[in-house]
Amino acid sequence: MPELTSSKIPVTVLTGYLGAGKTTLLNRILSEHHGKKYAVIVNEFGEIGIDNDLIIGADEEVFEMNNGCVCCTVRGDLVRILDGLMKRKGKFDAIIVETTGLADPAPVAQTFFVDEDVQKHARLDAVVTVADAKWLSDRLKDAPEAKNQIAFADVIVLNKTDLVSKAELAEVEARIRGINPYAKLHRTERCQVALSDVLDRGAFDLERILELEPEFLDTGDGHDHDHDHHHGHDHHHDHGHSHGGLKHYHDEEMQSLSLRAEKPIDVEKFMPWLQNLMASEGQKILRSKGIIAFGDDDERYVFQGVHMMLEGDHQRPWKADEPRHSRLVFIGRELPEQLIREGFERCITA
Amino acid sequence: MKEFDPGLAAASIISVTDQVRRLALGMPITSVNFLGDSAAFVGAEAEVALVSAGGEIARVAVHSGGILCAAGDGGRIVMGGDDGKVVALNAKSEVALIAIDPKRRWIDNVALHPDGTVAWSAGKTAFIRSAKGEEKSFPVPSTVGGLAFAPKGLRLAVAHYNGVTLWFPNMTANPEFLEWAGSHLGVAFSPDNRFLVTTMHEPALHGWRLADSRHMRMTGYPGRVRSISWSAGGKALATSGADSVILWPFAGKDGPMGKQPAMLAPLQARVTAVACHPKLDIVVSGYGDGTILMVRLEDGAEILVRRNGQAAVAGLAWNARGTRLAFAAEDGEAGLLDV
Repeated sequence: MPELTSSKIPVTVLTGYLGAGKTTLLNRILSEHHGKKYAVIVNEFGEIGIDNDLIIGADEEVFEMNNGCVCCTVRGDLVRILDGLMKRKGKFDAIIVETTGLADPAPVAQTFFVDEDVQKHARLDAVVTVADAKWLSDRLKDAPEAKNQIAFADVIVLNKTDLVSKAELAEVEARIRGINPYAKLHRTERCQVALSDVLDRGAFDLERILELEPEFLDTGDGHDHDHDHHHGHDHHHDHGHSHGGLKHYHDEEMQSLSLRAEKPIDVEKFMPWLQNLMASEGQKILRSKGIIAFGDDDERYVFQGVHMMLEGDHQRPWKADEPRHSRLVFIGRELPEQLIREGFERCITA
Repeated sequence: MKEFDPGLAAASIISVTDQVRRLALGMPITSVNFLGDSAAFVGAEAEVALVSAGGEIARVAVHSGGILCAAGDGGRIVMGGDDGKVVALNAKSEVALIAIDPKRRWIDNVALHPDGTVAWSAGKTAFIRSAKGEEKSFPVPSTVGGLAFAPKGLRLAVAHYNGVTLWFPNMTANPEFLEWAGSHLGVAFSPDNRFLVTTMHEPALHGWRLADSRHMRMTGYPGRVRSISWSAGGKALATSGADSVILWPFAGKDGPMGKQPAMLAPLQARVTAVACHPKLDIVVSGYGDGTILMVRLEDGAEILVRRNGQAAVAGLAWNARGTRLAFAAEDGEAGLLDV
């Protein structure tokens, strides 16, 4: 009998380059009066003290799975810690994993895809990346880890916005969007963000893949609140031009790619194509998501993946007034755009 | 096709379910041991439930948090907890503190030597403490996944990423390293000291013939192997992780190399725990659907000890004489069977 998603403990992964404010956000989460108890897994050499009952030091030990796939890495220490924590189930409501500033979020996420014991008891909720508004632009140039963390994020907390001018803020946001236009972005000072914006996001929950549209911030007033405008355009081709006052950057190394089709997709062609794509290009593809309308299928098919690991399922029937369009997004390093586009187009029914 | 039909099973195999003394322990259980003729049910947290031969239940506080590991030798059970403590419990319900990690790190693994030496690990360090109280430590390159003492001499196998290190605490000789890529989570010597076997993170076992470090790959499991047990005399190794008991032959000089394992007691549920009888060629197997079967190794003949449709079996143990079986499910439903 499949266990209900809700009975699994949600796990939030907190990443961010050194000094961006991860610990500040963590302490905010823990100190707020939400009536919830968190188990916190921190790296052994944490920056400052954290006040929490259940705090566990991790070693960030990453190892390759013995399946011949070099990008198939998992966090062994996390497997062990989650196993131990499950003995105290009922003593906490959620788990937060803080990674070191130099960590790649992929092995953490992949642990939730490949380890059956972890899957049984816990679910990955979201990857939250804290970024420093003042220094992120520089780090994106010289630190591949920082770029990885932005590309991987479901939620980006752009912190220390009080330390930059409006123009600098617009610049750094444009750089973030050049890499990852799909994450929810929140501007903060001292990580003042509503907890509902970082916790219980269900970012890896197939049930909650609703739409795959880029997120854009209104740059008008520079205030501390968000305006999430859903523009219906594709922005993967934009190179440093201006759009509604927001500059667009194309990151040479890390990009997002979005594909859409209004005609139904041939399931017989699509599934092998996607599998093969992940097998051959999965090392470059950090995250993928899709909503697919197959021909002769009255249900929406959704998928999501981390590198080569994919999961997908029928989600729900298409609504009567809903256009049966397919949409896929990929975020990755040096994505072979032409190859992916052409491959996908061959899956569209004539 | 969800579960096997209990009606059919009841008709076709012998059942001893009515001879089981049922115990409601009221706490989640992770492993089962014997202390003399008392059954000791190690809880997930804080306590051990000791059940005397007469059936009285006594709960003994051993840790102030989760109990992460336990090993028993019939005389005592040594446990490690997330409170950073290593403690021992004997049949008189006496709890002795063996060590406290100075940084209160989790004690991930424990092992017991017949001479009274205790081994434990925290993070990347293995420790031993002799019966006289002498302590030594040994660092390995990555987090310790499992510990086991060799049946002869003072030699400790320390499983970690990419292999096993054999440490000789009382010798100046360099430790031996047995390499195999991947994460090794559990380790055991064969009772005749000829083979070393690890349970891996992926659904597989790995083994080495100690004389020449020759590799033995034991793969094909649908799930991770969490429970292994040597049959009487070490002729075979019974393992969990599949929908039947996988029994690897170890009687020959090459161990299971080039041989097929026997597959006993197949059900439509995953085997979660195995325990071989200490003297007879019998294994008792527990399943994810709560079923417990007693199985004769020779021909696979089965006896039903517990029906399906209940919580997964968390632990099984025989007393040293092999006259009593204790079992527990994850939810604290337990039982004793005298055979």
